[in-house]
Amino acid sequence: MNGVELAFVLLGAVALGSGFLVVTTTRIVHAALWLAVCLGAVAACFLLLTAELLAWVQVLIYVGAVVVLVLFALMLTRAPIGPAPGAPRRRVLLAAGVAAATGAVLLLTALAGLGDEVIDLEGAEVGGAEAIGSALFRAWVLPFEALSVLLLAALVGAIVLSRGRPDEDGR
Amino acid sequence: MILAPLIVLVPFAAALAGLAVGRNRLAAGRVAVIGTGLAMALAVAAAVVVWVGGPSVDEWGTIPTGWIPISVATRADGLGVTIAIMVTVVAFAVQVYSTAYMHDEPRYGSFAALISLFTAAMLLVVLADDLVVLLIGWEVMGMCSALLIGHHWERPEARSAAVKAFVVTRLGDVGMLAGIIVLADLTGSFRISALESSAVTSVTLTVGLVLVLCGVVGKSAQVPLHVWLPDAMAGPTPVSALIHAATMVAAGVFLVARLNAVYALSPVALAVLAVVASVTMVFTALAALAQDDYKRVLAWSTSSQLAYMLGALAVGGYSAGLFHLLSHAAFKALLFLGAGAIAHAVGTTMLSGMGGLRRRMPLTYTVSTLGFAALVGLPPLAGFFSKDSVLSAAEDAAVHGGPTPGWAAWLVLLAGLVTVLLTAAYAARAWLLAFRGPPHWGTAETGVARSHPALVPHDPPPAMRTPLVILAVPTVLLGVLAFVPSVVSGMLDPGDATAAEAGGISIHLGTAALSLVLVGVGAFAAFAEWAQLGRRDPAAALGSFRPLLADGLGVDRLYDSLVVRPLVGLSRLVVAGDRDVVHAYVRGAGRAARALGALPHAAQVGRVQRYVTAVLAFVVVLALAGAGAALW
Amino acid sequence: MRLAFPLVVSALLFSLGVFGVLVRRNAVLVLMSVELMLNAANLNLVAFDAWWSDALHSGQVLTLFVITIAAAEVGLGLAIVLLVFRNRGTSDLDDLGLLDESAEQEALPDDWLDMDGAGRVAPGREAAS
Repeated sequence: MNGVELAFVLLGAVALGSGFLVVTTTRIVHAALWLAVCLGAVAACFLLLTAELLAWVQVLIYVGAVVVLVLFALMLTRAPIGPAPGAPRRRVLLAAGVAAATGAVLLLTALAGLGDEVIDLEGAEVGGAEAIGSALFRAWVLPFEALSVLLLAALVGAIVLSRGRPDEDGR
Repeated sequence: MILAPLIVLVPFAAALAGLAVGRNRLAAGRVAVIGTGLAMALAVAAAVVVWVGGPSVDEWGTIPTGWIPISVATRADGLGVTIAIMVTVVAFAVQVYSTAYMHDEPRYGSFAALISLFTAAMLLVVLADDLVVLLIGWEVMGMCSALLIGHHWERPEARSAAVKAFVVTRLGDVGMLAGIIVLADLTGSFRISALESSAVTSVTLTVGLVLVLCGVVGKSAQVPLHVWLPDAMAGPTPVSALIHAATMVAAGVFLVARLNAVYALSPVALAVLAVVASVTMVFTALAALAQDDYKRVLAWSTSSQLAYMLGALAVGGYSAGLFHLLSHAAFKALLFLGAGAIAHAVGTTMLSGMGGLRRRMPLTYTVSTLGFAALVGLPPLAGFFSKDSVLSAAEDAAVHGGPTPGWAAWLVLLAGLVTVLLTAAYAARAWLLAFRGPPHWGTAETGVARSHPALVPHDPPPAMRTPLVILAVPTVLLGVLAFVPSVVSGMLDPGDATAAEAGGISIHLGTAALSLVLVGVGAFAAFAEWAQLGRRDPAAALGSFRPLLADGLGVDRLYDSLVVRPLVGLSRLVVAGDRDVVHAYVRGAGRAARALGALPHAAQVGRVQRYVTAVLAFVVVLALAGAGAALW
Repeated sequence: MRLAFPLVVSALLFSLGVFGVLVRRNAVLVLMSVELMLNAANLNLVAFDAWWSDALHSGQVLTLFVITIAAAEVGLGLAIVLLVFRNRGTSDLDDLGLLDESAEQEALPDDWLDMDGAGRVAPGREAAS
């Protein structure tokens, strides 16, 4: 195991650990904060995999915007500060079973098919701004434009939804 | 002859037209009277044609049935046209009478139309040559009779009387239908002319004829199916006069007369008829002695007189029986219309609410007296001649032999003589209580106040008076036919060679004298008792027998416990079975479906996460299955 | 680096996300778990992109797209959660059973087919649904 792999293993452990806490902690606000940690760890993983631009985009958007949004939403829906009751035991077991099965399937498929492969990190082109930008605005320009339309729709939708009906509650 | 179907179709058309204009009383009355009058004229015309030119049988079409075809055929012969005249005359008189009697009654339009329909059905019976066509007319008559009895359906006794009449006569008709089928199977045709020409004495023939007698017993109110007639008096009086005195009940007698040639081939059937007639004669006359209602006396009396006619036919007295049919139609219809006039005047038909009407209603008194006199058989009225011709025919058959075994003829004769005495007794009682003696109308017994302004009894209005007078004429004069027996035979000629020797009318003076003596005894007994009791109901002399006799000797109660109660119990059993057994399956099916549905229902509780769990679990399973398939 | 490492991490992260979606009661937490799943997919995409040495960098570009879409989705999703909270006063998924059909139909009484003495179906039964 070389250094990159070791680093990756450590970062992966951080991501998985914080992810586990996100889904199991009873303190809801803490869950949001652990999500931020998890997303940060994933960004670091991206760095290790030579996806630089992506790593920073991840930090900017996910950790910067999405987590903040989530925290706002928790505040506005009066999420309890202290521990909140969890799901009934039966459901937890059932969900754990399904999740374990899903994970098992994915692992088996991945490792059975691709377990021996090696990523050549030295010869890979670094995914910097220039590389990603030229790919984005040449080969991927059409989906890019479509994406901007999608963002517009989401924006408009969010405004409409959050406005409510003026005659109902006057807000 | 085209007249035959026309005679049937004219009243039928009048019935349809009457239903169409039903709401307009004046128009309905006119349609009814004109229709029946026209039918009467056509019947007379047909009679002239037949009496002059001879009988004719015509077939107007056939209806294939898959077995023996029904032929729509008519037969216009002496018997048919004579009875047709009688039916249309009485129907005409009743329609005229009804325009006044039913003046204030509701549903007059449908009433008149139903009477027209009934007339058409009776004429169909009289003029049909095919047994199934005859059966159609027979059943339509039964239906009209039940509907007319129940005319005042607001009253429960009218409703139940209508149902009773329909069910009891239907019971007899079941046997009749079986008999018709047996006879048709025997001869290969439903035609009466085929039956007459090809029938030979056999057990099958007897069986068929006895089964047909079931229908006769039901329709003509003989024991044991007589129970519907007294209760049928709940209908309006014109209905009683037409249907339950003169025409419908006479249809049974007519049928036996029509098949006279065939019945003559089966002494067993005739013996059965003789026994039934004899028992009925005496039984119903006894019951008539104790009745409280004027109309019920007349109803029981009708059963008794019909038994006379059937007894005459049983012993081979064809003309005698039919002669009595004609004269009975006249005087019984007269008596019933008189009862209607009395009811119109004093507001009740109970004998306890009449009395002293001799001076107040002279015309009604006169014609009713003539009617009663004819009923008991006083000369020179028609009833005397007709009844004594019946007795003489019985005597002839007993002494000289006839188509019936000798003992049957003696039975008829004896029963007839006993009934003469009883008839005189109940007729005298009814006459005394209604017209003589102190007046009881307007008392608390009748429920109508004496202070009622219209309640000073008087003779009825002209529309009701005229039919009374019209019917009084044959009551008095029909007896003259006895002096011209050949004319009678010619009139009643059934148009078949073998029956030409059917007995004419003869009257034995010895029997006649004996019957007069018996009349005197019976009438005197009633009169003496009446006078002795201070001009009160002589039936009190019957003592403790009276309630039993008034009840019809408990036959109704017997039927109730033998038939009605078990049937009701059975139907309750069926309902319980349906509810607890069959419905249990239905309910069980419902419950099972619900239980089965609860299972997938658990997947629809609206918990989103449950849905996602299910989806993901299934995806995992699919993936595993796919992987497994790929690996192998 | 062996390809197996990113794949294992992403698979485990994905299953953690699945568990969170199925088990969490608060709607916002469910959305957060969805984010976990999306991130796992992103990691997978980037790893494969590095392994393929794709000239078009399709893996990384797609990851970009996924991030964008996820951001849009979470924005709208949270707006909906806020709306639901405004209407129903709760964002607890266990209390939001609007799709529940179990209480809608009441059972028919057992004797609904029975007739009373006069031959009519028992009165009042026609009113049951």
